[in-house]
Amino acid sequence: MDSQARRPTQHGRNIVAGILLGLGTVAFLDEAVFHQLLHWHHFYDKSTSDAGLVSDGLFHAFSWFATVAALMLVFGLARDGTFRVSAFAAGWLTGAGFFQLYDGLFQHKVLGLHQIRYDVNLTPYDLVWNIVAALLLAAGIALWVVTARRARRSDVHP
Amino acid sequence: MNHHAGSAFLGPGEWVTVLLIVGAVAAYLLAVRRLRRREVCWPALRTSAWVAGWASVGVALVGPIADRAHDDFVAHMAAHVLLGMLGPLLLVLAAPVTLALRLLPVPTARRLARALASPPFAVPTNPFVAGVLDIGGLWVLYRTGLYAATHTEPALHVLVHAHVLAAGYLFTFAVLGGPDPAPHRVSPPWRAGALVPAIAAHNILAKVIYADPPDGVPVEQARAGAELMYYVGAPVEIALLVLVCRPWLLPRTRARDSARSVPEADSLPH
Repeated sequence: MDSQARRPTQHGRNIVAGILLGLGTVAFLDEAVFHQLLHWHHFYDKSTSDAGLVSDGLFHAFSWFATVAALMLVFGLARDGTFRVSAFAAGWLTGAGFFQLYDGLFQHKVLGLHQIRYDVNLTPYDLVWNIVAALLLAAGIALWVVTARRARRSDVHP
Repeated sequence: MNHHAGSAFLGPGEWVTVLLIVGAVAAYLLAVRRLRRREVCWPALRTSAWVAGWASVGVALVGPIADRAHDDFVAHMAAHVLLGMLGPLLLVLAAPVTLALRLLPVPTARRLARALASPPFAVPTNPFVAGVLDIGGLWVLYRTGLYAATHTEPALHVLVHAHVLAAGYLFTFAVLGGPDPAPHRVSPPWRAGALVPAIAAHNILAKVIYADPPDGVPVEQARAGAELMYYVGAPVEIALLVLVCRPWLLPRTRARDSARSVPEADSLPH
C-alpha cells in the first residue's frame, strides 16, 4: 500500500474484514446454535472461574464489535470496487479457525468455562470441535499466503 | 416513595417525575417550533428521538413496570435497560445541546460553547471515565448492599435512578462523540476501545448476578433478570457499535454528506 494515486489492492483491509467476520461468525454460531437452539451450552455453570467469566465477556463483546466493524469494512470495499473474495475468505477462515480453537482449547479447557455439552462423554465433542477449528485455521493461513503473494505481484505490476 | 397507595394514584415523587419529563419534552418541542418560525430546519428524527427517549425513561420510572420493579427483579431489570441504556441513547441522538445553542441569545450560546470546550469538561466526557461512572456504578449497585438499601431509603432510590440516567447519557455521548458538539472527542478507535470493555463489564455483571444474586433477590428472579439484562441490553449495545463504527469505517461519500448535514456554526441566531 505505497502510493495513494495508484489504487492498491487493499489486500490487508480484505483480510482484516475477513478475520473480524470470522470471529463474529464463530461467536454468533456459539450463541445462536449451541446456547439458544441446542441448549448444549449453559448461560453460566458453577465451575466457571472468574478468569473464564472475564475472558468470555470480553470475547462476546469484542465479537459484536468485530461483526459490526467487518460489515462496515465490506460495504466500504464493495463500494470502492476493491472487495476480493479470496482474500476475504482467507481472513474469514483464519479468524474463524483461530477463535474456535481459542474457545475450544483456552476457554473451555484451560479456564474451565462452560463445556460443549453436559452429561455426555466430552472427548468426541472436544476432538471434533478442535479438529474443525485447526482445519479452518490451516486452510485460512494457506489461502492467506497465496492471496498475499498474488496481491504483492499486482501491486508491483498493476 | 408512596407507590403502595394504590395503582390508580401517583405518589408525590412520581408527580414530580412526570412533571419533569413533560417539561423536558415541552421545552424541546417549543424550541423546535421557534426554530421553524425562523425557517431553520431541524430533523424530525431528532424530535422523535427526544420524545421516545423520555417515554422510555418515563416507563422505567412511573407506571406498572416501575411499580412491579420494587419487588420483582425482572421488572427492575427491564426498567434498568429502559432508563440506563435505551433512554439515554435516544436522548443523546436528539442533540439537545445543539438545539439550545441555536436558540439561546448569541452571548449565552457562546458562553455555553466555551464551557463545553473548557478543560474540566474533558474529564467526564472521556469515554473511559464515563464508562467507569456508568458500568462501575452498576457494579457498586448490585455488588454491595446499595441495591437492598434503595428499597428502604427513598432518597437513595431517587439518587440511584438519577445516576443511572445521567451516567448512561454521559457514557453514550462520550462513546458516540456527538451529535452534540464534542470538543474533547477522542478518535473512533479509542471510543470503540472504551465501548467493548464496557459491554463486556455489563455482560459479566449479568452473569455474576445470575450466579450470586444481590441481597434480598430470590434466585429465580435474579436468573431471569440477569438473562434479560444480557439479552435485551444487546440490541442497544449493537446500536452503539454501529453508530461508532459507521462514520469511522464507512465514511459517507461527499455528495451524500452535504445533502444530509445540517449547517452547524452559521446557524446560531444573529
